[in-house]
Parts: sequence; structure tokens; C-alpha cells
Amino acid sequence: MEHHQAEHSVGYGTYVLVWLGLLVFTGLTVSVSGINLEALTVTVALLIAGFKTFLVMNYFMHLKFEPILFRLMVFVVIITFAIFLSLTFLDVLFR
Amino acid sequence: MSSVAETAVHEEKHSDVIGAKMGMWLFLFTELLLFGGMFILYAAYRAKHQHEFFLSSAELNMPIGTLNTALLLTSSLTVALSIEALRRGSRNLSKLFLLATIVMGFGFLVNKYFEWSAKIHHGIYPNSPELLKASAGEQLFFSLYYVMTGLHGLHVLVGVLVLGWIYTLIQKNPTDPGNFIKLENGGLYWHLVDVIWIFLFPLFYLIS
Repeated sequence: MEHHQAEHSVGYGTYVLVWLGLLVFTGLTVSVSGINLEALTVTVALLIAGFKTFLVMNYFMHLKFEPILFRLMVFVVIITFAIFLSLTFLDVLFR
Repeated sequence: MSSVAETAVHEEKHSDVIGAKMGMWLFLFTELLLFGGMFILYAAYRAKHQHEFFLSSAELNMPIGTLNTALLLTSSLTVALSIEALRRGSRNLSKLFLLATIVMGFGFLVNKYFEWSAKIHHGIYPNSPELLKASAGEQLFFSLYYVMTGLHGLHVLVGVLVLGWIYTLIQKNPTDPGNFIKLENGGLYWHLVDVIWIFLFPLFYLIS
């Protein structure tokens, strides 16, 4: 178990790389917002935000190195949210 | 000597460490769904008032929003580094990173203060005479803006206080192995606040 714990350790360098990636994607989302992509604007913004979240959760929050149960729990939350969102929009869009 | 004792305690409490972290994640899920409900509200109103949302977004201060995004992301890095330093036993380095995180959290709140003050100065706040004359879509946008960034700001404040409390724990009782899981869970909370901002930023500042 202690070996396992040691594997959990992420080097300082990895964190700095993830941080640089997050800054690059922030710059990207800001510059893309200046371009008029019509309906795609939101999609692109959410895709970038989603990827940034993936980076933060996997590396900064260590999800990648936790037991699989943690990832399953996050998955259930995302699905729950998606169900609420889509049920709401069934009402909003087809009222 | 002390590291051997620490390892022994660590091993003994191993299942507790997993349990404590899982408890923290469960709490974070309730936070995600709390903000999630607001994001659904935002999405529903935005679908109805697309044009007004675009117009209102242009009034927000994009440079400050971008600066705050960079601040929060950097503070997420420093709290992760602080945890890593404590894991490796470098307590002073860990405290330094933790202090940097707290300072950046404060910086975020100071920026938010100036941002909100400027808006309020221009007469844009919920129920202001100016806003009551505006369209329903603009009123909704700014109400959501104040509630969502306000609740988020409150979370930043709580995060700063929690991290400050953990800082004093490491200061007062440096060899307590319990500090590590507290710092780790405090860090999880801080990252979640960061994740919420990652969505708030483009949805409010970048849609004009």
C-alpha cells in the first residue's frame, strides 16, 4: 500500500506543465471569443472549459491516481447533471 | 525517526485517508449540483434572451475577468505544490506555497470588489432604477451575474479561511500527520472553486 502511495506522488514539474496548459487554454478561449462563430461560440467555450476541468480534476485533484470508485462517482454526478439539463431543455425548447 | 513514526501512523490510518477524501468528494458533489442548478437556470434564460445576454456580457470587464481566471488557476497550482511539498516533508516550502495561494485568493476578491463597485457605481445592480428600465433579458443576466459570482466569491472567501486555518495547524503542530489530509481536502475544495470559475468566466464574460 505504501508503494501505491508513492506512485500517487506527482512531480512539481507535472503540476507546472498542467498549469501552463490551463493558461494556454484560457488564452485560447479569450481569443476565440473575439471570432464570431455563431451557434458554435458556446460549444467551443464549453469544450475548452470542459477540457480545463478535466485537467484540474485529473491532475490537481488527483482523480487520475485515486481508486476507480472516485471516477465512477464523478461520472454519476455528471450524468445526473446532464439528465436535469436535458429535461429542463425539453421544456424550454418545445414548450 | 519521526518519518518512521509518521509512516506507521499513516499506514494504520490508511483506510481513513481514503474515507476522508471520499467524504470530501461527496461534499464537493453537493456543491457541484448547487452551482449546476444555477447553470441550468442560466442556460434556460439565455436560450430565451440570447441577444440581451450578448449585449449585457459586453458591459462586463473582460480584462479583470481574465486576470482573475489566471489568478485562480495559479493559486490552484500553488495549493497543489503545497500538498506535494508537505508529502515530501518540506514543511516550510509547503507553507510558502500555501501562503501564496491565500494571497492570490485575496487578490481575486479584491479584483471582484473593484469590479462590483464599478458596476454598482454605474447603477447596475439588482433592482436598480437603471436596470429596471432595461429589458427583461438584461435584468436576468445581471441578477444571475450577481448571484452566481457572489456565491462563488463567498466560496473563495471560505476557501481562503479554511486554507488559513490549515496554515496555522501546520505552523503550530508541524509533525502532526493529520495535517496532510486536511491540506489535501482543503486543496480539493480550492480546486473545485477554480473549476466553477472555469465555467463562470466564459459564460458571463466571453459571450458578447
